[in-house]
Amino acid sequence: MYQFPTWRYWLVAIVMIAGILLALPNIFGDDPALQLAREDRAAIDASGEQKVRSILDAKQVPIAASHILEDRLVLRFATVDEQLKARDVITDAAGEEFQVALTNEPRTPSWLRWMGLKPMSLGLDLRGGIHFMYEVDVKGAVGQALERIERDIRTQLRDQRIASNVAARDGTIRVTLVDAQKQSEVASLIRTSDPNLTVTTEGSADVIVAMTPDQIRQRQSFAIQQNITTLRNRVNELGVSEPIVTQQGIDRIVVQLPGLQDPNQAIRILGATATLEFRMVDEANDPYAAEQSKRVPIGSKLYQRREGGPILLKRDIIVSGDQLTDATSAFAEGLPAVSVRLDDRGGKEMLKTTQAHLGQRMAVVYIEKKRLAPGETCKGVRSGDQCTEEEVINAATIQGVFSSNFQITGLQHQEAQELALLLRSGSLATANYLVEQRVIGPSMGQDNIQSGLRAMMIGMALTFVFLILYYRAFGAIACVVLAANVILLVAVMSLLQASLSLPGIAGIVLTVGMAADANVLIYERVREELRLGNTPQASINAGFDKAFSAIADSNITTLIVGIVLFAFGTGPIKGFAVTLVIGIATSLFTAVVGSRVLIQLIWGRQRKLAALPV
Amino acid sequence: MEFFRKTPNIGFMQNRVWCYGISAVLILGSIVLLALRGLNLGIDFTGGVIVEVGYTNSVDLDRARDATEAAGFRDPVVQTVGSSREIMVKVLPKEGEDINHVAERIVAALKTVDASAQLRRTDVVGSQVGGELAEKGGLALLFSMIGILIYVGIRFEKKMATGTVLAALHDPFVILGFFALTQMTFDLSVLAAVLAVMGYSINDTVVVFDRVREVFQKMRKASPLEVVNAAVNQTLSRTLMTSFSTLFVVTSLYIVGGESLKGFSMAIIIGVVVGTFSSIFIAAALALDMKLKATDLMPPQKDTSELDAIP
Repeated sequence: MYQFPTWRYWLVAIVMIAGILLALPNIFGDDPALQLAREDRAAIDASGEQKVRSILDAKQVPIAASHILEDRLVLRFATVDEQLKARDVITDAAGEEFQVALTNEPRTPSWLRWMGLKPMSLGLDLRGGIHFMYEVDVKGAVGQALERIERDIRTQLRDQRIASNVAARDGTIRVTLVDAQKQSEVASLIRTSDPNLTVTTEGSADVIVAMTPDQIRQRQSFAIQQNITTLRNRVNELGVSEPIVTQQGIDRIVVQLPGLQDPNQAIRILGATATLEFRMVDEANDPYAAEQSKRVPIGSKLYQRREGGPILLKRDIIVSGDQLTDATSAFAEGLPAVSVRLDDRGGKEMLKTTQAHLGQRMAVVYIEKKRLAPGETCKGVRSGDQCTEEEVINAATIQGVFSSNFQITGLQHQEAQELALLLRSGSLATANYLVEQRVIGPSMGQDNIQSGLRAMMIGMALTFVFLILYYRAFGAIACVVLAANVILLVAVMSLLQASLSLPGIAGIVLTVGMAADANVLIYERVREELRLGNTPQASINAGFDKAFSAIADSNITTLIVGIVLFAFGTGPIKGFAVTLVIGIATSLFTAVVGSRVLIQLIWGRQRKLAALPV
Repeated sequence: MEFFRKTPNIGFMQNRVWCYGISAVLILGSIVLLALRGLNLGIDFTGGVIVEVGYTNSVDLDRARDATEAAGFRDPVVQTVGSSREIMVKVLPKEGEDINHVAERIVAALKTVDASAQLRRTDVVGSQVGGELAEKGGLALLFSMIGILIYVGIRFEKKMATGTVLAALHDPFVILGFFALTQMTFDLSVLAAVLAVMGYSINDTVVVFDRVREVFQKMRKASPLEVVNAAVNQTLSRTLMTSFSTLFVVTSLYIVGGESLKGFSMAIIIGVVVGTFSSIFIAAALALDMKLKATDLMPPQKDTSELDAIP
């Protein structure tokens, strides 16, 4: 008699127990919840919790539960309506104090959480939120680098008193020398100053300087990395739970903000490039005269003041935005302000300046770079569709000596808050252009989950009925196997923390339909073997053995398609491919190993078996 | 229950001219439809803005359209989604428009119709993204076909690999034709469905070919036509069974899966029907007409004498 290896029973038992455990956290569902963080980034304590609770009590919004997690307050609600109402109530009553974000809190029991088990993470289309895709202006980043090189060459040649014309065009810099004799000298000068550049001579008096492909690539990836880091910092400041910031393709960044509803605040903060500069005021000349005559004294620069009127500032920058290490919004003498802290070098520079210029005025310049929409006018300096607006927000007399800690006034409250946030999170290396934006409202997410699950239930029920009608007891086995397949699929998704989207649910549903195939192949084979007059035992064995090559080949080809979809796909295609690929793997295991074990367990050990219920 | 009490013996391969005929009609029809009507491409591919809002009471579509136009959008598509209280507005991008605030302006316009408007969803896709997605979809198609060609070529045989890929390419045409006919929106999820259908169709074909290989070994005296026909017949009840179970689930997905999966599930429904047909009849028939023989599937004989002849 055929000896069925016992280790297979154990394998299936262990895999199924592990699968059920891993999949278990998913059945408890989510509570709609709010996550609160303090605007000033301080931790929320029990008194803060009490305050929020009393605000909600006053408006009779019931709270299911609340707890403090990592300095933030999490409030659970029974329904989405209560959650939304609570958000409005808190924003109205204490919006200045708290940032409120919508979120879902899993109802996972504590013993499962203790084991480190989590439910699948839900995609934005199932939980609501905002999705942005930015294109990083990598060309701009390379252009900036080239400009810097051009500037360096120009200063170098000026220092060496070599008369020349330096011009950058189409990614190269052309240096045209007046004195052709100096061509090789200049070439080697540039080469020694930056050995990474490619320097060639052309004609009798031209030197061509270009960045190597390596340098360009480095510059690009630096710009993207810098922008990702900055976006990440900014997203963290938005107070969203579980934000995602990832690179996509060569020059794209995807930002996902679950629970957030208002894209405008997010767009403003993620896309902004505001920064500050500190300069001394030029008191010796008259700014109005300079504005009228359009003749600005050497060493000075003409600016506009926010409250109106021109002002002349010294060209030399004392400190710029990238020397700030921290910034928070605050109030100074009742006015909104930004408290800043400078790094070491900036602090020393500030100390020196304030010592030397006590009693004179120092100005704060607010600089904002943005991309212009067609027809929009640029109030500042325009280059292409980029607009740089500079404005003096504050020019105050230096009352005393200070170095690295001080406050700046002259902004509105919200501006102060946002500027502080932007200064804290660092600047973007180059502009990001928004190319895609998707907002999914919370009710939409709920609808999507419900309809997806309902479709799965009905589809599975129909398949089960059909399988049992067609294959009788073996059909029932197939149903158990298919259910096990879904459990394992959910388990693997939870383990990998792959995010489940609506197309992902469609993938699971489709997998159920296609996973039936492996069972069908086996049972059809068993029937064929029985028709040939083989004994039930031999038919089972032969059925499984002979069906295997067809099962393997057909699944591997589908797997190839799934992997290609995963590699090339974005968004819905990727979500679908993930479940398809995992589904193939789990259905192979359940159909080939799992159903074999079940059938063996039920019919395989009976020595005298007259017929098979197939 | 059984579809067939005993293994059927239907002369599919003898009548394969009919199968080719049906295929030719389907493909030509699809090409004509695609050329005449074209696809109703979603904003995933064209770029554009979709805003969906829900009202507490049903609203007049014309008023919503007027409000959107008044906000400065030309030719908006305005329609209901599911119930008459939920409406969707779609506008195509204007050249060089700042996409940051388009959705916001439309929502504001829809609120003027009835202040109860609640945002359900907005999709804003810049026009530069669209072209790329189509390109990536094409690449995915190409690479999966190459992968299949290699795998089936190694595991089976060249003629079978060609038949598999041709049959698999047959299905997307018909799905595209259907979408051109009905003008249902062709978006990214439909593209995913098209690719999934190819996976499904190949899966079906491979099962038939696996049986062809086996029958060649069993029926050594039979002609290739008899062998292929026997294999198709022997796998027929499995093919029908799997098609039904897949149809059950995708049909329920179509009916209750919600608005956003309608296109996806419809594409798969069409694909399963056509894919079943193409994988059984077209793939096998093509392999047969490429003069598939038993010897194609035998392991190559090692000819040692030739090796010895090399000095």
